[in-house]
Amino acid sequence: MGKIEWAMWANEQALASGLILLTGGIVGVAGQFRGWQFAAYAIVAGVFVCLLEYPRSKRAKGTSVERTGQYCFTVCVKSFGPLTRNYYVRGSLHAAICVPGGFMLSTVLGCVCLGISSIIYFVAAIRGEHWEPILPRKEISREVQDTVKNPPQNPPPRPPPETRRKRVDDLEEAAYDNPIPVSE
Amino acid sequence: MNEVFDIILLLFLMFWLNMACAWMSQLVWLGINAFLFVHFYMAFLVEKWFYTRVLLGHALPWARAPAACLNFNCMLILLPVCRNLLSFLRGTIQCCSRTAARQLDRNITFHKMVAYMIAFHTAVHIIAHLFNFEYFMDGQLNRDGSPLTFVLSEIGGGDNASFLNPIRSNETNPTVVLFTTVAGLTGVAITLALILIITSSMEVIRRSYFEVFWYTHHLFVVFFVGLVFHGFGRIVRGQTATSLVADPPKDCAARFETWGSDGSNCTTPAFAGNPPMTWKWVVGPMILYVCERLVRFYRSHQKVVITKVVMHPSKTLELQMKRKGFHMEVGQYVFIQCPSVSGLEWHPFTLTSAPEEDYFSAHIRIVGDWTQALYEACVGDKTKPQEAWKLPKYDSGRGGGGGLGLKLQPCVYHVYTVCVQCVYHVYTLCAYLCIYSVCVPSSQIYFYWLCPETQAFEWFADLLQSLEGQMSEKGVTDFLSYNIYLTRWKETEAAHFRVHHEAENDPITGLKQKTLYGKPNWDHEFTNIASQHPGTKVGVFLCGPPQLGKSLEKQSLSHSEGDVKFIFNKENF
Repeated sequence: MGKIEWAMWANEQALASGLILLTGGIVGVAGQFRGWQFAAYAIVAGVFVCLLEYPRSKRAKGTSVERTGQYCFTVCVKSFGPLTRNYYVRGSLHAAICVPGGFMLSTVLGCVCLGISSIIYFVAAIRGEHWEPILPRKEISREVQDTVKNPPQNPPPRPPPETRRKRVDDLEEAAYDNPIPVSE
Repeated sequence: MNEVFDIILLLFLMFWLNMACAWMSQLVWLGINAFLFVHFYMAFLVEKWFYTRVLLGHALPWARAPAACLNFNCMLILLPVCRNLLSFLRGTIQCCSRTAARQLDRNITFHKMVAYMIAFHTAVHIIAHLFNFEYFMDGQLNRDGSPLTFVLSEIGGGDNASFLNPIRSNETNPTVVLFTTVAGLTGVAITLALILIITSSMEVIRRSYFEVFWYTHHLFVVFFVGLVFHGFGRIVRGQTATSLVADPPKDCAARFETWGSDGSNCTTPAFAGNPPMTWKWVVGPMILYVCERLVRFYRSHQKVVITKVVMHPSKTLELQMKRKGFHMEVGQYVFIQCPSVSGLEWHPFTLTSAPEEDYFSAHIRIVGDWTQALYEACVGDKTKPQEAWKLPKYDSGRGGGGGLGLKLQPCVYHVYTVCVQCVYHVYTLCAYLCIYSVCVPSSQIYFYWLCPETQAFEWFADLLQSLEGQMSEKGVTDFLSYNIYLTRWKETEAAHFRVHHEAENDPITGLKQKTLYGKPNWDHEFTNIASQHPGTKVGVFLCGPPQLGKSLEKQSLSHSEGDVKFIFNKENF
């Protein structure tokens, strides 16, 4: 079924964890639970994880499917260079972010889910995967511009006179209905 | 228990309604969800739960109502994936109604809808319980300021049997309680299982890395086991029946300071948890699913022998197979597994042989790594291979409904049929063309074949050529009218086509019928067919991409306004 890119699953899991952390944080703050400061942290952490994980990576093999409107996020994430490209860094980051979530009931689920996605990212890193931005292709338009700059210098080649004469002799073979109407 | 029987009756109602119309069945399903939610919400507003609500407020019914919906949906979720059961049911109602058979084909869509509903109710249930845990903790810490909550939390301190507040000490915290109660532990386990199942079932993961999806989905075992044991701790407690009679809350609640003292009529209320109910909902489907897996296991071990392997041009492999006791219907598909290629992958292929043949065949186009490996496993076998390959489950996939499932029994579905095939999906037509010309004399097929490249015509053209020859021999030339469209071409090819425009045989296919270029004008085609066959039902069958499906569906509907009815069917893979 093709080589598994673990990072793709890690990405889905991390995005889900970010949302769960965010939801748990909102509930903790809105309900003014004991330890609501952890919930407030979870809101910030959840938003950060969602923003980081929203842009999908380009697949090493196969077609990449972008998330809707991910281009601006791709540009932001790309600007951090090796920090976001390397999955060891990402796995460690998620492991560190998830720890404070374990101190409060409403954020515990987000913490565990993010921990799981951190483990999957480590697996991806061990397999040599890394994050590649999905950028729109600009090369084709450049090629078109080049040819326009250099129009052909000579007229198109015509078949040699012998071939043309042969065609006149063999009218049956030469005749065809031109499907494109030609006006005189 | 009564509720469970009511629900089973409603399920039958859903099942029969499903035959009338899919959206009606979905409406009934949503209605049942709404009813259960409201019913169980109201059930926790009665006197029995008065003291519990003193501690928890409305967070209690907000947790119990989605719990009931979860019971219902977890019961449903296993049913659409009992493929053999559905095939059996499809077979029994096939004789009654064609549309019924088609509706059952939406099993996976329904499975996903129920899964999303489970995820939604889980979220509501968890959020409500977050508040419940917080309020229970408040009761122990006396933070609320109301002494009644403290008194209630202290009940059952000695023997711990008739307590109300499951948090028994003020030195703990909700997270610790979560991991030290049966309900909490099972809750965490099943929620994690659910989240992992959902993230690995996203389309991107499912289509690219089937193993991850398939293995992770088996966490549903953890899910169901955890679900059954989730209520065993009886953590949600209401006043016992005897205590309600002796000390009704409406009389005794205000006099909580004097409970049990000498001048008072009221004694301390006693509480008990409800017996667990979930197992009653899910045990039936769990048993059905276990039977389903046993049937699949049994079928997958049946020996299948490949009698012939034919390599067609344009990278198409034809496998002819035999299996004892195998009987096929037109329009069915099989799942094929090749253990030497992958022990886990099953790929569906429409059967391309006619039922009268003594073998069954599938045409497999080599496009991906599994098909490539399959081809390599076949290449080199010059003689008839005797390997026993596993053919796990054959599904009476489309029956008389979708794809090109035309039933060839006395009641013929559509005398006039429009078949649209796109590029790689043409295999089924092999079977039907052979049968149709023999069995249904006064019928007509309009066949449209759209292809982006000329190579794909190679292997099929010889079939069409032989059919063309047979038809002209029998003098039956107007039974099949086929229109072949080439939708993309290179400039060099275009020059060749222009030059040979007037030749008797088509330059690409070699058939008498000329290849047309570009995409068909469906409006024009449908109008033409409608004018030639007024007052009839015309079946439109498509095997191709969804965008074309949508446009054909629209055309079928818009041209069905007169006395001609176009009935649209689509094959899904």
